[in-house]
Amino acid sequence: MPELSTIVAMVLVVAMAAYVLSGGADFGGGIWRLFAWGPRGERQRDALNDAIAPIWEANHVWLILVIVLLFSCFPRAFSVLMTALHIPLAAMLVGIVLRGSAFAFESYPAGATRLQKRSGRVFAVSSAVTPFLLGISVGAIASGNLRVDAATGMVQTNFVSEWLAPFPFAIGALLLAVCAFLSAVYMTVEVRADVELANDFRRRGLWAAVAVGVFALVSLLLARRDAPFLYEGLVHGRAAIFFQILTGLAAVIVLGALWQRRYRIARLAALVQGGLIIVGWALAQFPYLIYPDITIAGAAADEVVLRLVLIALAAGSVLLLPAFYYLYRVFKAGKSGGVEVAQNPAPVADESEASGGADESGVDSR
Amino acid sequence: MDDLLAARSQMAMSLAFHIVFAAVGIAMPLLMIVAEGMWIRTKRRVYRELAQRWAKGTAIIFAVGAVSGTVLSFELGLLWPTFMEHAGPLVSMPFSLEGFAFFLEAIFLGLYLYGWDRLAPKVHWLCGLMVMISGTMSGIFVVCANAWMNAPAGFDFVGGEFVNVRPWEAMFNALWMPMTAHMTVAAFQAVAFAVAGIHAWMLLKDPGNAFHRAAIGIALIVGLATAIVQPIMGDLLAKNTAVHQPIKLAAMEGQFETERGAPLRIGGMPDVEAGRTNYALEIPGGLSFLAFGSFEAEVRGLKDFPRDEWPPVAIVHIAFQIMVACGMWMLGVAVLGVFLAWRQRALPEQRWYLWLLVVSGPLGFVAIEAGWTVTEVGRQPWVIYGFMRTADAVTPMPGLIVPFTVFSVLYLVLSVIVVYLLRRHVFQSPTAAQLARIAEVDGGGAADNVQVGGDDA
Ligand code: HDD
Ligand code: HEM
Ligand code: HEM
Repeated sequence: MPELSTIVAMVLVVAMAAYVLSGGADFGGGIWRLFAWGPRGERQRDALNDAIAPIWEANHVWLILVIVLLFSCFPRAFSVLMTALHIPLAAMLVGIVLRGSAFAFESYPAGATRLQKRSGRVFAVSSAVTPFLLGISVGAIASGNLRVDAATGMVQTNFVSEWLAPFPFAIGALLLAVCAFLSAVYMTVEVRADVELANDFRRRGLWAAVAVGVFALVSLLLARRDAPFLYEGLVHGRAAIFFQILTGLAAVIVLGALWQRRYRIARLAALVQGGLIIVGWALAQFPYLIYPDITIAGAAADEVVLRLVLIALAAGSVLLLPAFYYLYRVFKAGKSGGVEVAQNPAPVADESEASGGADESGVDSR
Repeated sequence: MDDLLAARSQMAMSLAFHIVFAAVGIAMPLLMIVAEGMWIRTKRRVYRELAQRWAKGTAIIFAVGAVSGTVLSFELGLLWPTFMEHAGPLVSMPFSLEGFAFFLEAIFLGLYLYGWDRLAPKVHWLCGLMVMISGTMSGIFVVCANAWMNAPAGFDFVGGEFVNVRPWEAMFNALWMPMTAHMTVAAFQAVAFAVAGIHAWMLLKDPGNAFHRAAIGIALIVGLATAIVQPIMGDLLAKNTAVHQPIKLAAMEGQFETERGAPLRIGGMPDVEAGRTNYALEIPGGLSFLAFGSFEAEVRGLKDFPRDEWPPVAIVHIAFQIMVACGMWMLGVAVLGVFLAWRQRALPEQRWYLWLLVVSGPLGFVAIEAGWTVTEVGRQPWVIYGFMRTADAVTPMPGLIVPFTVFSVLYLVLSVIVVYLLRRHVFQSPTAAQLARIAEVDGGGAADNVQVGGDDA
């Protein structure tokens, strides 16, 4: 039985993977809004909005769970990374606030069409910036630049050099590409009944898959110089080769499935590929949370805390997983293939937009 | 502005912003499911209309509440890493459970807002109930964490380290019950008075409008009940504060001398240098009675404590006076409302009472902000009362004036947009004429969801 702190670390990795695969894809949806123009721009925009409208808030909570797990079970690691990475994380927070608020303002404009359009642009831009900044922070952690003075326990940082470097920026670009890639592949399933739209997202998915491959390679090459420990772990680590093959295989399956329009298979393979990237990074870094000074065992809180948190997580998920399943069943599986604009019935006395000409699709989209 | 003051100001600003959205996130679902419940039972379309409009109105507030809460979780680490490094494991239970409350709240919120036509009415109503329950639980859990900061428990303090950690004991500390009760009632009270105030304003402009009368009816019932209960909760909390944080009570009451039969001061301005509170209306023995149940009980004054452990007395005293004044005013409005309702067998609708509701609208939120100022500024100079000073918990990062300014401007812009959108949304509520048509449909027993007058409004 692996040590308690290792088990909690595994749960932390699962939570991070869940965030990237769900919340990350929501950010990806925003990224594709930047490309939603041309003849089908309007339909792409609506499809992207309706895909994330009911679930973005729930998907977002995985990030909160990661933060809570960090500060309750690995408080030492939490305080070090929160101190050294104040700037990128604070900037990411601004992105998170802008994205969430702008999406709400766009969804519920109460007839203020000018504000709605501007909010849409803010939503799209912040959806791209936020995962990039999160990636930079992760890159800084993985690069081994976050050093802690053994004697004083103080983190040695000038608050800039750890993250303002090529390798973290490459990881930022990689995470951005992964989010866009996941979102495009998911969307091919969401809109499969609308062949034109499905083709749009199929093309975007293929380009994003290439981008993921390119940035992964660039990151690996940069890691050799800037993050040697991580490089060793990724290339020569215990299960490294096995992971490299699996990730490559998943990537090929996605490309093939997308090519042949087998969208459900592409989605499944994309999920696997995304998960493997996160798990692969964690394994390469094992047993370090922040290489080289913070190990999992070293930063762990008391055993009693770790045990209670694990029990709370297990007990909570008994209620949580069915609820999540129900949410996805109602809004995702329920799609009979047609692009169902999320029903938001027109209240009796509709906003001015209703009187300002017929609704686009006869239903008040918001 | 030095870095510590910038960090404290940023934390205060972020929380003062978040609590408004948090209170709505906790209490608004109750009003929505009452309206929806009445629609399911009476089939009167005005209630469905009310539930849907309230849901659309609060959707924005939920989203901003969620993201501003995310900022707070990061800020605990970004601004106070040393605090979190020691306190993290001790507040692990409330925050882990809070994670689940957030998940459930966000899931059932998605189902409620976007499931109007996908879910059966009763199932949809249950989702609304789950939003309220999980929102209330998340509020209770986070206030347990704050209660621990004010009444630290569940550890041994050896050589500057928090050892032998007992998380459950830390969560259920001495203040958790009175503080969570007081905060939860505060949320429902503030939202009920705000909603009653808004719809009273609209009713004054559009008399007899069934939509606004229904809204006031629901909001008033919650408002009257909470306004009567809250002073009791506040008094209960004050009694606990007197025992566990005597210096905070002294600051709240502007009590400088340790004396028996200490007076209850109404108003007054503490003069820290002179060590007295001037211009206060003093009720002899009032404070001793309220805090310890006997007019002769001894109340410890600020001078009983080392000068460097005094919180900012003036801020705490004035904030406490504001909160209690709002509490008493709303109690008066409630008692008057109950009397009028009892006398005329119907909820009060006299124009002067509607004006009273309009004026009382914001007082609940004013009291919440004042209350939290009392609690948090009153805890200074400690972040963990008696164990860790705020100054020792702040991040070593320089230039904290920058994030403080960035987030203040960001939140200011968001506040302006939210108010603008809500105002547009409120002023588009159905007029008396449109409602008349709904009445025809209700009366005529026509098909369930006939959309009436959607386009020719
Ligand atoms: C008594 C109420 C209350 C108080 C004092 C706080 N919160 Fe809060 N919080 C809520 C009540 C709440 C809520 C009602 O549960 C929210 C508001 C809207 C929502 O969706 O949930 C919420 C949302 C919310 C979220 C986002 C959850 C989501 O995505 O749905 C986080 C991470 C936090 N809060 C964290 C905090 C922290 C770290 C606090 C203190 C420093 C804090 N909250 C004070
Ligand atoms: C939601 C309502 C709350 C409001 C309005 C509020 C308000 C404030 C204010 C005004 C300060 C600055 C005090 C000062 O430094 O002079 C502060 C500080 C702080 N609060 Fe709160 N607070 C709230 C709830 C909480 C909760 C629930 C927690 C923790 C779980 C919390 C944790 C802190 C911390 C860590 C500080 C910084 C340290 C300090 O200044 O003492 N607060 N808050
Ligand atoms: C009318 C008589 C009231 C009394 C005697 C009273 C008493 C108190 C006391 C003593 C505290 C500080 C407790 C501590 O930090 O140790 C407090 C905090 C607070 N009060 Fe009041 N209060 C009253 C009314 C209200 C009202 C009407 C509201 C809001 C509608 C309100 C909202 C709050 C909040 C949000 C806090 C901070 C959170 C907490 O400590 O629970 N209070 N109150």
